Formats: sequence, C-alpha cells, structure tokens
Amino acid sequence: MARLSARDLTLQYEQRRVIEGLRTEIPEGKVTMIVGANGCGKSTLLRGLSRLLKPSGGAVTLDGKDIRSRPAKELARTLGLLPQHPVAPDGITVRDLVGRGRYPHQGFFRNWSHGDSSPHDLAVRHALEVTATTELAGRNVDELSGGQRQRVWIAMALAQETELLLLDEPTTYLDLAHQVEVLDLVTDLNRRRGTTVVIVLHDLNLAARYADHVIAMKDGAIVAEGSGSEVITEELVRTVFGLESRVVPDPVSGTPLVVPIGRHHYPHAHAAHDRAAQDRAAQDHAHAAQDHAAQTHAHAAHTAEPALEIAS
Amino acid sequence: MTASTTAASSVERELAAKALKTAPNGQQLPVRAEVRARKGKQPAWLLAVVVVLALACGASLAVGARAIPLDTVWDALLHFNPAEGNHAVVHARIPRTGLGLLAGGALGLAGAAMQGVARNPLADPGIMGVNAGAALAVVAGIYLFGITGLGGYIWFAFLGAAAAAAVVYLLASMGRDGATPVKLALAGAALSAGLYSLMNVVLVSSQDTLDRFRFWQVGGVAGRDWSVILPGLPFLVVGALIVLLSGRILNGLALGDDLARGLGQRVGLSRAIVALGVVLLCGSATALAGPIGFLGLVIPHAVRFFTGPDYRWILPFSLVLAPALLLAADVVGRVVLLPGEVPAGIMTAILGAPVFVWLVRRGKGVSL
Repeated sequence: MARLSARDLTLQYEQRRVIEGLRTEIPEGKVTMIVGANGCGKSTLLRGLSRLLKPSGGAVTLDGKDIRSRPAKELARTLGLLPQHPVAPDGITVRDLVGRGRYPHQGFFRNWSHGDSSPHDLAVRHALEVTATTELAGRNVDELSGGQRQRVWIAMALAQETELLLLDEPTTYLDLAHQVEVLDLVTDLNRRRGTTVVIVLHDLNLAARYADHVIAMKDGAIVAEGSGSEVITEELVRTVFGLESRVVPDPVSGTPLVVPIGRHHYPHAHAAHDRAAQDRAAQDHAHAAQDHAAQTHAHAAHTAEPALEIAS
Repeated sequence: MTASTTAASSVERELAAKALKTAPNGQQLPVRAEVRARKGKQPAWLLAVVVVLALACGASLAVGARAIPLDTVWDALLHFNPAEGNHAVVHARIPRTGLGLLAGGALGLAGAAMQGVARNPLADPGIMGVNAGAALAVVAGIYLFGITGLGGYIWFAFLGAAAAAAVVYLLASMGRDGATPVKLALAGAALSAGLYSLMNVVLVSSQDTLDRFRFWQVGGVAGRDWSVILPGLPFLVVGALIVLLSGRILNGLALGDDLARGLGQRVGLSRAIVALGVVLLCGSATALAGPIGFLGLVIPHAVRFFTGPDYRWILPFSLVLAPALLLAADVVGRVVLLPGEVPAGIMTAILGAPVFVWLVRRGKGVSL
C-alpha cells in the first residue's frame, strides 16, 4: 500500500535530464532508504518526491492525486521535508526554530503567540521532547554542536506533524555516534507514530540496518528495490558503485554488511589459511631482511634500493 | 526514549551547565536567561522606541537655526497665527518633520524586508537598483525634458526606481530556480553600475544639469512642502501595508528556499510580493527625499538587538526606529554648521555609523 508514488517521473535541471520515466511506490508506514553512487540521481528523486523540483514529465502522486495540484500549505501538513544543508537564521533560539515548523498549520492572522496549551505549543514541546532537545530550547542554534543541531532540525520537521517525512542525507557531517543517534530517532518516530519515512543515505551498512525498504539507483534509474537483504548484495555493489566487496551478515543486526575491497587489500578464501600464510610470509621477510642487512653492509656503495626495502 | 538518546540528553545537561558564559566584568550569565530576557520584552522595547521617535519629532519641530522658545513652539502648533514670524518658522518645520517620518519609516521597512528577501545582511534597498534607477531618471528628466523643481523630480524618480527594480527582478528570474538572492544581488549591482555610468556621462557633459541634480541627490527632507509630499503618500501606505504583513513570509524565506517550500510556502510568489512592497516604499521615499543610503542597511541590524531574528518584530521596530534616526540626524544637521545646514542624508551616516560600529562591537544579536 503506497500513498506516495512516482508515475513515469522525469526530472531535469535545465537541459540535463537526471531521471527519466521512473516509477516507484513508497510503502506506507515504512522506512525507505534511497542509496546509490554520487550523482546517480537519488537526491534529485527526493527533490522530485518532495515537490522541490517540478517534473518535466510524469507526476508524483499522493493518495492518487498529483502533488502539484494541491495547495502548498495543505500538502505541507501531510508531507514534510528536511533538505540536505538547512541554514538557521542567525541568533534564532531552538524553540523559535522548531516553532517555525508549525507554519503550514497557522492561518494568516493567528500568527502571534499562543497559550501554553494551544496545539501549536504542544506540538513544539512534544517535538523537543522526542528529540531530547527540551534542555536546549532557550539556546541559540549557532551555539550547538553538529549532532545537537541535526536533532533540532528533525524536531522542527516533527513539529510540522506530517504523516510522511523525507530527509536528504540527514547524517552528513555527523560522527558515527550521531549518525546512529539520528537514525535511531527517525526509527522511533516511524515505530511510534507510524510516520512514513524516506531517507537518502550514503552509508550502505546503516541503510541496510535501518531500512524496511531499500531503493538502489544508478544513472537516474532504479536498479533494485526491496528489503535490505534482498537488495544489498555483492553484485549490486559491483553494479552500482563499480566496487568489489564482500557482503557478510552484520554481527549486530544480521542485516547485510558491505566490506569493500580496494586495490590494496586482497581477500583470501579461508581466514585460518590466511593467518598461517601471513605468519610464514613474516618469517621469510625477517630472514630476508637479515640477509639484506648483511649484503648491504658489504656493498655500502650500492645500497639505496635494498636499504629502502628493509625500511619498508 | 532509547538508551542512546537518554544518554545524550544527560550529556546535554552537562553541556548546558558548562554553557554558563562569563561576562566581561567577570559576572556569570546563564545563556538561557540571556535569551529569555529578550523574549517577551519586545512590546516594552517597542514602546520605548516609540517614545524616542516622539522626542525626535518634538525636536524636529522645536529646534532649528532660529532659536524659538518651547512655549512659542507649543503655541504655534495649537494656536497658529500666520502674522507671527516664529509661528511661521515652526509651521514650515511641520512638512519637513512629516517627510522625515514617512521617508525614514519607508526606508527602514524596505531595508528590513530587503535583507529578508535577499537573505543577506548587506542588502539594502539600493541593491535592487532602486537608487540608481531613480537617480538616472531624475538626471534624464532635467537634461532631456528641462524639468525643474521637486514636484517634477519625484515622478521621474519613482518611475526610474520602479523600472530599475522590475528589470533587476526580470534578470534575476531568468534560468533555473527563479529570482534567488544571489542572482538578485548580482543583477542589482550590475544594473546599478551601468545606470550610474550613464548618469555620469550626462552629468559630466552638462554643468547645468549637475547643479540642479545635486540638490536632489544629496538626500534630505528640507524644502519639500505638502504639495510635493502628498502624491507619494498612497504608494508609501500600500507598500508599508504589504511589507508589514509579510513578517511570516520573511520568517519562512529566512530558512532557505527548500525548507520554506517544504513548509508550504510559495517562495517565488512570496518574494515577488515583498519585492513589490520594497519598490513602492523606497521608490517613493527616494523620489521624495533623494537617495538616503544608510538607514535601510543599518536600522534592521540595530533592531535585531531588541528583536532577535523574528521578522514579525523586526519590521515594526524598523518602521519606528528609522524615522527617529533620520529626524535626529536632520535636527543635528540644522544646527551643527550654522548658518548653513547639513542635509539629513549626509548627517544620517555621520551619526549612524559610530552607533552601528558600537552595536556590532557589542556583538549581541546584531550579526544578521
């Protein structure tokens, strides 16, 4: 069951066509992650889904109706969005920033302060609570750390009280602990409120762990779609990223864990065999080094190369 | 609440405790209390600023090259007697004060709105090409059509301002994303440079035009009577209404285009509406009082000191504080170089700049 779907969606910037004729459905009440290489069109797809980018063909529909045919404010009460690098006005407090998430719920003239028990105030307080930012409410957003700030932005999106929430790389620039914290928070939101969440994420392993549904993209098209363990395979990583890898079960969550193989590391079939081979190699190397040392001592005049070898 | 978020919140508590700032005098100031002190006190501050404005109005009526006792001033306002010289002097100061109020308020509002639309602390009405357009049009009026006197200038100035702003807006709207702040600023700067060059071509070649143009160009509120001022009034009122009601729109735009759209705001339309208000305001203010550059830039900054970043407060504060500064500058300008006068347009910058620097040095809430 899907509320948000793309029908033959074509998205382009000026003359450059990024996505052509894309079809997909966002499963309701689930966490969907869009993954893919840089420039594959995943952020563009999210911009299309969240009406930031006008389709040059096809449509994005919400409950069967084209999102562009709906009044902007009404849509904003159902479909929320957190762009990639939001910038807070200088000197704004956390509470005021979160309060601005209430915009689509406020009429033109009812825009001044509200009583403590007004729905607006309750929504703001709840959003602060859920994101553990109540303590920060009176602080200036400029003073916060990256992780705190990201929680505040999510609080603002929560205050909007939408049933769908789209996030564009919400963990960029965060350290690992804060990445996990943000994704935990979004998962809480999905589990407790049933919010449908769509996230563009770079980290395949975190995507596999937190997503109910994964959409993998390449060159503006969807190459695979399904649960994390269905989608994230060695073959997909090869196709999408052009990267050899091993995919093993995540020891914590059992979801696929991608271990990349670069040019400098070569995997071996059996770890035990590996270790034996390594030990032997190390011993050989040690002997070789001693030999070399003797030789280099003897031929001090021509030692540049062997000496380097020993050093390495 | 998951374990990780609970742990995080206890970390935050520690951080909040550490965030006790040490004031320069060694006193401990809790950050949150500092912010809260600003919150909720805006109405009181606004009242204080209104009182300051009233004082400035009073000074503008009472002070001048000719020293007139206060009770005579009062008398002149309540029981005007045209036969009495002092009364006539006081009466002549009324339209001057009125224009100071109108032009000051318009430029303050327009500056605040422009900084919001452009999301740029250095934006002022001039960035839309308004001043340049008005100036070139006035020069063209003098040179080509032999216009003399303010009554004729203001229509040229107004048309020039509106045309320049429209061209800037159209230029900036071309291409992807429509009129973004950066494109607005670039188009405005480029067009201004071009218009000023054209204007200088005319001024260099015609001494007569230069002489007459200079009177308008320095910017001031003296020598304009009601017959010149009143035609500008409808534009000012409509512009002020549009901008004053745009507080929420500007608050939305301040979050950036993407986020504003995500919150259900129609960004292009919002920006066009506010820009229309800005053009009406500073087009007519510039037409009436000449280009007065400093107010629109500085007042919104100073105002943020009282209001924080909420445009629903920044706008009314700017509306009240800007004319107070302009009138004060005009009053000082009348007496500082007796028997001559320094026009308000020049005096504003002389008085305002040190205050501005002081505010920025104090560095609280003035940044943007």
